[in-house]
Amino acid sequence: MKPPTETDILPDPAETAVMDNPAVGIDQSAGNFSYNMEYAFDAGTGLSEDTIRYISSVKKEAPWILEFRLKALKKFFSMPMPTHWATKDLKNIDFQKIRYYLSQGQKPKRTWDEVPDDIKKTFERLGIPEQERKFLAGVEAQFDSEAAYSNIKEIVSKQGVIFVNSTEGLREHPELFKKFFGKVIPTGDNKFSALNSAVFSGGSFIYVPPGVKVAQPLQAYFRINAENFGQFERTLIIADEGSEVVYMEGCTAPKFSTSTLHSAVVELVALKGAKIQYITVQNWANNVFNLVTKRGIAHEDAEIKWIDCNIGSRLTMKYPGVVLKGERARGEVISIALANDGQHQDTGAKMVHAANNTTSNIVAKSISVGQGRSTYRGVVHIPKHLKGCKNNTECDALLINTNSRTDTYPAISVRGDKNSTQHEASVSKVSEDMIFYMQQRGLTEGQAMSLAVNGFINDLARQFPMEYSVELKRLIDLEMEGSVG
Amino acid sequence: MPTADRTNAMSASTLSVAAPLVGGFTAEAFAAHLASLPPSLPDWWIARKRAAYEKFSALPLPARTDESWRFSSISTLTLDGFTLPAAATQISHASIDVKIAAKLVFANGRLFSQEPLSAELSARGVIVTTLHHALVHHEALVREHLLAQAPKLGSAKFMALHEAFLHDGAFIHIPRGVTLEQPIGIFSYALGSTAAVFPHTLVVAGENSRATIVEYFGSSNDTETQFAAGANDLYASHGAHLTYIGKQDWSHRALSFQSNSTVVRRDARVQSLNVHLGGRQARHESLSQLQAPGAFSEMLALTVAESNQEFDQRTLQIHQAPNTKSDLLYKNALRGTAKTIFSGLIVVDSDAQKTDAYQSNRNLMLSDEAEANSLPGLEIQANDVRCTHGATSSRIDPEQEFYLQARGIAKAAADELLTFGFFEEVLNRLTADDLHEALRVLIQTKFKK
Repeated sequence: MKPPTETDILPDPAETAVMDNPAVGIDQSAGNFSYNMEYAFDAGTGLSEDTIRYISSVKKEAPWILEFRLKALKKFFSMPMPTHWATKDLKNIDFQKIRYYLSQGQKPKRTWDEVPDDIKKTFERLGIPEQERKFLAGVEAQFDSEAAYSNIKEIVSKQGVIFVNSTEGLREHPELFKKFFGKVIPTGDNKFSALNSAVFSGGSFIYVPPGVKVAQPLQAYFRINAENFGQFERTLIIADEGSEVVYMEGCTAPKFSTSTLHSAVVELVALKGAKIQYITVQNWANNVFNLVTKRGIAHEDAEIKWIDCNIGSRLTMKYPGVVLKGERARGEVISIALANDGQHQDTGAKMVHAANNTTSNIVAKSISVGQGRSTYRGVVHIPKHLKGCKNNTECDALLINTNSRTDTYPAISVRGDKNSTQHEASVSKVSEDMIFYMQQRGLTEGQAMSLAVNGFINDLARQFPMEYSVELKRLIDLEMEGSVG
Repeated sequence: MPTADRTNAMSASTLSVAAPLVGGFTAEAFAAHLASLPPSLPDWWIARKRAAYEKFSALPLPARTDESWRFSSISTLTLDGFTLPAAATQISHASIDVKIAAKLVFANGRLFSQEPLSAELSARGVIVTTLHHALVHHEALVREHLLAQAPKLGSAKFMALHEAFLHDGAFIHIPRGVTLEQPIGIFSYALGSTAAVFPHTLVVAGENSRATIVEYFGSSNDTETQFAAGANDLYASHGAHLTYIGKQDWSHRALSFQSNSTVVRRDARVQSLNVHLGGRQARHESLSQLQAPGAFSEMLALTVAESNQEFDQRTLQIHQAPNTKSDLLYKNALRGTAKTIFSGLIVVDSDAQKTDAYQSNRNLMLSDEAEANSLPGLEIQANDVRCTHGATSSRIDPEQEFYLQARGIAKAAADELLTFGFFEEVLNRLTADDLHEALRVLIQTKFKK
């Protein structure tokens, strides 16, 4: 790893701790609270056809959606757990002990004043309304199964941008969303995408018209409030020709003693020349199984970039992918994972080249602290008769303590002699020389360690919006506390 | 035990086994194999072979969903139609242009000819003999090391088959402190259509000994459908330096499995180089266990894959003790519609601090129809380590090509030069010049064919 530079120097920890505008989703302790809610709609505990029918009827869905859900449920039951390659921890999920749908109503409010008090308080504690005023073009705030609040700035909606939740999207713009819904990630892609397809609720549907460049990011915030709950949001973003959009998602959940399941499906479609940037800061509590399928299709000259930061959860399995379908399409995954005690961050990337002169880039950095385990898993696929395809993959792992663990499992398939791939990975610890150097200049060992770790991810953290990258650094300081000595 | 008893005991217990799982390797074939063994072999070995046959016939064939067979062609893994060949009467033996200390030549699993060690080396206790002989006269050493490491890379069924049908193989022992200046050559041939062979080489290098083993696998010609399930065990005691070179040149219609197991003890070092040229579908598994501080394992491989060949290489470097080192470099050149798979894993146990492990797979794509798959993996449970891996797949560098062309070298010749240069990086790791030269000739011959 590179020694830290001037720009890596952090603000004083005491100063950042009292920062009055903590970016959402980064500091987990800020999200560790819950309210006793009376839910107007509750599908009960367990999963069966009745659960599906209940969800679909509450949402007043078109018959094709119910059919889609029921098919997906059958698929879900028929598929085995992928434990032949994935961690055995998956077996600890009891699908019959989970509550699949909880909401106060299906129609999100357009102003915060209309949002029920407890829910409003929740999001105020997380700083969402303030963020919205400051730098977001639109916000959707999901509380358990449904969005409680959803709004988009007038200037953006006037450009023709649609930003709604999935229920509204399917109901009000079926001609637009049906075309791509479930096409990027088919129901049977994996067991958890099948589960999501059966019970999905919430998530964002976004359409950006041709040539429109959304200047500020759109944000979704996902909150789990109830115990034993499963959140299954479904997001579909369509960027029409030549358009550009940045989407950010954050999430928190209170720490319950029982496990919670979060299993989302996110589909992106970047049409000719469009650009989509999707930023995730995943900071679920340490009892959440976070099993998410994310994939985008990039058409000619389009660009899809996933910036994926995983800090929370008990087990995350998430491999954002890009199908490079049109010539000169470009896919990128920037991934940061931090695994502390009791956590397994099984993350990575998937790049499927399907046209000439497509390029993909994967940069993954992971930090394992205490008994944490981080895993990189990747697929790069370049089929026959393509030419001029390039992939670059770098994955670096940093191990902090003697019992920390890291794994790397890439798979690279190349056919033909007109393409090139390169993959590099390294595993290291923070060098003693570097720590010694900093201690000599008056830093404590802990401060030196934090600085070194921040230096390790600095070039990636920089790609996050300002608020996030500052918070990320602060969180790393918190996580590193007590990890040395 | 009398031979007749062995035959009877076998046929009773395995009649119920479903045919697809065993193919040509039926209970009757196994009984016939046991009957063909010399009666002098110890009972424990026969018992192990029986257990191995039971295991082989019970284990399923690899399935598409087996992670350790990812990307491999599964439908072609049939065991049907292969037979246990009779002893050979003559072979066209390809000698290598290297001076050797001793030589054993096996054909169809039986010793065909040999060049014994010099009297001086024999007097110093060096042993180069058949497994049959060693099972009787060096029983303790053989029992301790022969197939002692469980297969970990996916071929349990084929290694059980190997153990069950292993007829004869080589046993090499270098006593403590002895240095062999010249390599020992082991040659294994498969002769005749449908022939199935099970070559085995067991090397036990005593403390601070030095030796080089050169092994060659070949067929009578390139067009016979054959089957090979071979294995070798390399054991390097404290401070031993062992070099192993394997050259696989089976028939281009052979289905081959080869499993290398290397155990490296304190301050010992093992360098292995496997050259893969033959086979229609050839799988090679290489396991290196670094068991004590100071152990070093260097794993090298060169593959020339052409026409419709499939080479499937799986490696595992296990660091079980602190201060150990491993370095892997596997290079594949692909032509025609050839397919290669490299799947490597470095495992660092939780107390193996100060591990230094490296793994590199380079694929040179020389045709638009070839397919290269790389799965370089790491599983690290200690933090004070240096582990890196890299994998690349690309064609000949156009700039290098241009540079040579600009100096008047024709494109074809330039490409050939650059391809040989690609191989040289591996061959340069060998310290013995004559071996380097012999291998270079072998690879270039295959390449120019």
